Amino acid sequence: MPSLISYPRITRRAGKVWHRNMVVFIRTWLVNFFPPLVEALLYLFAIGLGIGSYVHDINGIPYVNFIAPAILAIAVMNSAFFECTYGSYVRMYYQKSFDAMIATPLSIEDVIAGELLWGATRAVIYVIIMLPVLAAFGVISLPLALFAIPFGFLGGLMLAGIAMCFTAISPGIDTLNYPSFLFITPMALFSGTFFPLTLMPVVLQYIAFAVLPLTHLVAIMRMFTLPSFSWLILVHFAWIVVVTAFFCLLSINLMKRRLIV
Amino acid sequence: MAVDGIHFEVRKGEIFGFLGPNGAGKTTTMKMITCVSPRTSGTLRVFGMDPDKNPAEIKGRLGVVPQETNLDPDFTCFGNLFSYSRYFDIPAEEATKRVDELLVFVQLQEKQDVAVEKLSGGMKRRLILARALINNPDLLILDEPTIGLDPQARHLIWEKLRSLQTQGNTIVMTTHYLDEAARLCDRLVIMDNGKILVEGAPADLVKQHVGQEMVEVEKSAEVIACLTDMRIPFEETGDTIQIATDSSREIARILLEKCTPGKFTTRPATLEDVFLKLTGRTLRE
Repeated sequence: MPSLISYPRITRRAGKVWHRNMVVFIRTWLVNFFPPLVEALLYLFAIGLGIGSYVHDINGIPYVNFIAPAILAIAVMNSAFFECTYGSYVRMYYQKSFDAMIATPLSIEDVIAGELLWGATRAVIYVIIMLPVLAAFGVISLPLALFAIPFGFLGGLMLAGIAMCFTAISPGIDTLNYPSFLFITPMALFSGTFFPLTLMPVVLQYIAFAVLPLTHLVAIMRMFTLPSFSWLILVHFAWIVVVTAFFCLLSINLMKRRLIV
Repeated sequence: MAVDGIHFEVRKGEIFGFLGPNGAGKTTTMKMITCVSPRTSGTLRVFGMDPDKNPAEIKGRLGVVPQETNLDPDFTCFGNLFSYSRYFDIPAEEATKRVDELLVFVQLQEKQDVAVEKLSGGMKRRLILARALINNPDLLILDEPTIGLDPQARHLIWEKLRSLQTQGNTIVMTTHYLDEAARLCDRLVIMDNGKILVEGAPADLVKQHVGQEMVEVEKSAEVIACLTDMRIPFEETGDTIQIATDSSREIARILLEKCTPGKFTTRPATLEDVFLKLTGRTLRE
């Protein structure tokens, strides 16, 4: 049994899996393009304008501008996470697509790597769709906010890796609801998204900083869109890189353990 | 352990069968050949290469028809074959041509723009066969190619497999259908509990292990006593007695003269008789 953090043999063939998902995505582009568009508008109106009419600013930043990067970060998180949990699970278990693929020169490592890259790409696509909406409302600052696009890939890859670990150990598709409700939903609320982390008890602040990926995603997104940089970006960035590498490798090995019998 | 110390060799251009009850190790063997399942020990060479070391090279020359239908529901018939061709690095232009040819070969050219969910079971199996041929494989691996198909669809698949063999393809297949194995396979093995019990051409196996013919007599105490007296070996199955023989006339004569049998029939011995003799009649899970 190979170790769970051994380095997998991934080849450029992973790109073919990515390409397959991209082709399907483009073919059904209408259903895929609307959700992020609508989501951005919903958040802007409900929270930005709704709550924003009571909370005018946070530390001198207009409230809508404060949550705009959170909207992007949550979209990155959700798109990558749900793609690599429910999406991948359906392809793996119900469509048996992975079995069909590994009967060709593709290896299981290539297949999972392709799925992870696709999850990250989907996050980037969501950012690309949302940016113009946010820019139109004047709540992000161009051109620095454009950094959100490449950064969306890294953030998406991190969430894709975490998601794929859940997919690899989930006994059925229903049990994927647990990470969705117990991990993703609270994270969307308590990661410095709609109110600053500093409003929470110190212990919770540390916990959010130590274990909630979205905290780091939002922090960096906010630096890009306000813009307001600090040296902390290095800490956030390093945290994300390490966690991304760890979970992507782990997920591939877990999937190998699940699928190769 | 699913497979325990099996030994076999497949020759170029032949159809080689793996038979056995459920859980005999057929699918595991297929998965080892197709570089999906690892071996704990032993040597396996596919095209002279080791599945542990050169899986991509081996799989590039294999065509696989899995037991479970795993067509891609996100694509049409054409899309299924075309997207699959990309995994083999086949250039788009060549792939288009090849997909068209294959759809004609499996008689699905009219369905090329139809979503796969709309296909019947037989059509899906044919499409999977076409998909397995997309890379012009040197070896075709079929795991239960006609499972769940009606007689018409099975005959069509058989016909396609025969014509592939005529074109020089080598085919390895597993099946539960003994008539299918007898009809198609040049040589076959019968497996049980992860081991190979026998190997040979279907007709030879029948001759060796059962004989030419089979006499089936309605079961009765008199017949059993009579056959025991005459020292004729027989087997009891349900409500019949089976007597394997090289001369059914001789047996029939003895039965009629000495045993006062009820209904009885004679028929040629089949692979099914060999199979049941070797693997027993106990139900497998």
